[in-house]
Amino acid sequence: MDGKNIKYRIGKSYVAQIVTTLFAFACVIPLLFILGYIIKAGITKINWHFLVNIPKPVGEAGGGILNALVGSILIIFFASLIAIPIGILAGIYLAENGKSRLAYWCRLCVDILQGVPSIVIGIIAYFWLVKPLGSFSALSGSAALAIMMLPIVIRSTEETLKLLPSSLQEAAFALGIPFHRVIYKVIIPVGVSGILSGVMLAIARVTGETAPLLFTAFGNPYLSFNITKPMQSLPLLIFNYATSPYNDWLNLAWGASVILLLWVLLLNIFTKLITRKWKVQL
Amino acid sequence: MDTSVEKGIVTRNDLPLRVINSTPEGIFKAKRRVKRSFRQIRTETVFRRTLTIMGLLMIILVLGILLTLIIQSLPSIKSLGLKYLWGKVWDPVQDIYGAWPFLLGTLLSSFLALIISIPFSLAVAVFLGEYFPKGWMPDFLKNAVELIAAVPSVIYGFWGLAVLVPIVRNLETHIGVEPVGVGIFSSSLILAIMIIPYAASLGRSMIQMVPSPLKEAAYGLGATRWEVIRSVVLPYTKSGLFAGILLSLGRALGETMAVTMVIGNTSLIPKNIFAPGNTMASVIANEFTEADKPVYLSALIELGLVLFLVTVVINLIGKKIIDRFTNE
Amino acid sequence: MESTIIKSRNFNALFGSNTVVKNVNIDIPRNRVVAVMGPSGCGKTTYLRCINRMHELIPGATSNGEMTINNENIYDMHPIFVRQKIGMVFQRPNPFPNLSIYDNVIAGYKLNGVKLPRAERDRIVEHSLTRVALWNEVKDSLNKKGSFLSGGQQQRLCIARAVAMEPEVLLFDEPTSALDPISTSTVEELFHELKVNYTLIIVTHNMQQAARVSDKTAFFYLGELVEYDETKIMFTNPKDNRTQNYITGRFS
Repeated sequence: MDGKNIKYRIGKSYVAQIVTTLFAFACVIPLLFILGYIIKAGITKINWHFLVNIPKPVGEAGGGILNALVGSILIIFFASLIAIPIGILAGIYLAENGKSRLAYWCRLCVDILQGVPSIVIGIIAYFWLVKPLGSFSALSGSAALAIMMLPIVIRSTEETLKLLPSSLQEAAFALGIPFHRVIYKVIIPVGVSGILSGVMLAIARVTGETAPLLFTAFGNPYLSFNITKPMQSLPLLIFNYATSPYNDWLNLAWGASVILLLWVLLLNIFTKLITRKWKVQL
Repeated sequence: MDTSVEKGIVTRNDLPLRVINSTPEGIFKAKRRVKRSFRQIRTETVFRRTLTIMGLLMIILVLGILLTLIIQSLPSIKSLGLKYLWGKVWDPVQDIYGAWPFLLGTLLSSFLALIISIPFSLAVAVFLGEYFPKGWMPDFLKNAVELIAAVPSVIYGFWGLAVLVPIVRNLETHIGVEPVGVGIFSSSLILAIMIIPYAASLGRSMIQMVPSPLKEAAYGLGATRWEVIRSVVLPYTKSGLFAGILLSLGRALGETMAVTMVIGNTSLIPKNIFAPGNTMASVIANEFTEADKPVYLSALIELGLVLFLVTVVINLIGKKIIDRFTNE
Repeated sequence: MESTIIKSRNFNALFGSNTVVKNVNIDIPRNRVVAVMGPSGCGKTTYLRCINRMHELIPGATSNGEMTINNENIYDMHPIFVRQKIGMVFQRPNPFPNLSIYDNVIAGYKLNGVKLPRAERDRIVEHSLTRVALWNEVKDSLNKKGSFLSGGQQQRLCIARAVAMEPEVLLFDEPTSALDPISTSTVEELFHELKVNYTLIIVTHNMQQAARVSDKTAFFYLGELVEYDETKIMFTNPKDNRTQNYITGRFS
C-alpha cells in the first residue's frame, strides 16, 4: 500500500479530531464570557437594600427589586399549584394507558404543547384570563407559565413510571389493592425522584420566562401581594429596565440578572442532587 | 400439631391465626372488609375517570389554543385577506398592514443563526458521542452545553444589548455599513449561541446509537477514525441530525426576548443583514399592548397563528423523524 | 371425600383473538398442593393468572368459561375481593423496595388503608414470618429495607406478605426458578407446612419439583389440560402419551 497515502489519511483524521474538539469547546467560551460579564456587572449592585426595597422613580438613586422577587415567587408558586397535579395525573394516565387511542392523541398534544413559542402562550392567557376578568393579573401569568410547565412535568412523570418494573405493580395488585392505591402508595413513592426532578426542571424553565408574562402579569412598579392585579417578576423587571436609558435602572437590571442567574443555576444543581439522593434502589 | 377438620376446613388450634369463617369475629371482620372494599372500588373508578379527564384536558388545551388563535385572527383575515402575509408595508397609524418585513426578519435571523450554530452543535455532538463519551472532560462539556440552554433568554438579550451590540457597531463602521449595532446580524449571533444545545444533545444521542458492529467493520477494513465518522457514523445518523437541526430551528423561530432586545424593532424591510428589523415574535412582544384598533391587534394575532403553525409543524416533523430512527 | 375449592369448567383464556388456554376443566381440592407443569408457552402461567384475575390486567387479554371458588363465580366478584381470597407469589421475588420488612409483610393491609392496632399488626407480622420460617432470621431487622436479604429470603418474605392476608388459596408462579438450590429446598419445605392452612397451586417447569412437593399434578400442553391426576400416578403410570413423552424428557 502507498505509505504516503496512509500517513496523509491518519494525519487528516488527527486534524479532524482537533478541529472537532476546538469547535466543541469553543461553545463554552461565549457562555463563560456572558456569565462572567453579568456576574461582574451585577454583583456589586447587590446588597441588603437592593433586596428589600422596591425600585425608586427615575432620578432617585438606590431602590431595589423586592417587588420583582416577591412577584416571581408568587407567580411561580401558583403556576406550580396548577401545573404539578394536572401534569403528574396526566403523566400517570399516559404511563398506564400507553396504547389507547386517547393516549396517542394526548401524547401528540403534549409534544405540540412543548414546541409552542412562549409568546403565543402569553397571547392565549391574555384572551382566556386577562380580557374576561378585565385586568392584567399575576394569576393569568401563573396560568401561562403553568401551560409551559405541563409538557415537562407530564413527560418526565411518564418516562419515570414507564421505567419501573411491572413486577412492582403486579405484586401490589395481587394483594388485592385497588388501582388508585397501587399508584399512590407503591408506584409514586418508588418513582418520586424522577417525578420530582421533572417538577424542578419545569420550575427552573419557567423561572426565567419573560414573554408569557408581558401581557398577563404585565409588571408593577410597586410591591403587591394581590394575585388578581398586575405583578412584577424578575425577568420582566430585567427586560423593562435593561431597555431603558436610565443608569439607575440599568444597575437594577444588572443586579437582578445576577439574582436570576443564581436562582436558575441553584435550581438546576438542586435537581441533579435530589435525583441522585432520592433514587430508590430497585 | 393440634389439628381438626370441620366442614372441610383444616384448622390448627395452637396457632390462633387462622380464622374459621363461621365465628362471629370472623364474620364481623369479613363484613368490614367487604364494606371497605366497596368504598375503595368507588374511589378506584373515580380515580380512573380523573386520569382519563386529565388526558383529555391536554387535547382540549391544544385545540383551545388553536381555536383562540384562529378566532382572534378572523377580523384581520377577513378585512386584509391573504395578501397581508406578503404586504411590504407595516404602518398601523395609517391602517396599512403588511407582514412581509417580519416574515423576512424571522427567516433571516433564524436561518443565519442556524448556519452559524450548526458547526458547533455538530462538533459537540461528535465529540461527546464518538470521541469522548465518558470522563470528566466530556461531563464538563455536557454540563456547560446544558447550562447554555438553562440561561434565561432575557439575560442573553441584556448581555447582547450591553456587550455585543457595541462590538457589532464597531464592526459595522469598519465595514462601511450604517453603524447601528442592533439588527438582524446581532440577533442571529445571540440566537446561534442559544440554540446550540438543542441540535447538540439530540445529535449526541443519535451518534451514540450507531451500532458498534458497523463501526468495527469499517475499522477492520483499515479506515481511520475520521473516515469511520464521515462514512459510517454521519450517514447513519443523517436523519437524526437533521431532526436535531429542525428542533434548533423551531426554537430559533419562537425565541422572543433576546431577539427583541437586539434586533432594532423597526418595521422596515431590512436592506442587508446588518440592518435593523423585526421578527414575528418580537413585533408581537413590542406592539401587542399598544394595538388600539381591533384590526391591528388581530393582525398581530394572525402572526402568532402563523408562528404557532410553523413551529408546531417543524417540531412534529422532527419528533417523527426521531421516533422512526429510534424504533428501527 | 375431598372438597373442591376451585373449579374450572370450559375455561378459555385469550390474548386478543389468540386462544392460549383451551377448554380447561379442573377441580382443585382444598388443602392440597396441586402442581401445574408443562413446556414453555403451554399456557400454564396464563391459566394461573386467570385464577386471581391478574390475566385481565394485560391490555387485550380476555377469558371466558366458568371459574369458581367455593362455588362462587370469580367473575361475578370484583377483582379486589378475588385477590384478597387468592394470593400470589411471583417468579422473581418482588418485595416493595421502599418499605421495610415489617411494612412489606403487612403491605396488604397498610397499602389498603386498613388501620390495625399495633398489637394486631405485630401479631400478624410475627405469625406470617414464622409461617415462612423467616422470623428468627429477620426479627432484629424488621425496620430495615429488604434489600440485604438473599433471593431465597426475599421470596419467603413475599410468601409471608401473601399469607398475612389470610387467603384461602396461594398461587405460585415458578417460585423457585430464580433461586439457588438451598433456597429452593427451604421454600419447598414450606409447601408442606402451608398446605395445612391453605390450598396451594404451583406452576413449575421443574418436573422433579412437581414430583417432590405436590399431591396432584396437572399437565398442560399447547394450551390444553392434557392430564390431571394424583402425582404418583402422573409420574409412574400416566394415561396420556403426551404426558409420558414429557416426563421422559422427549420434549421440555
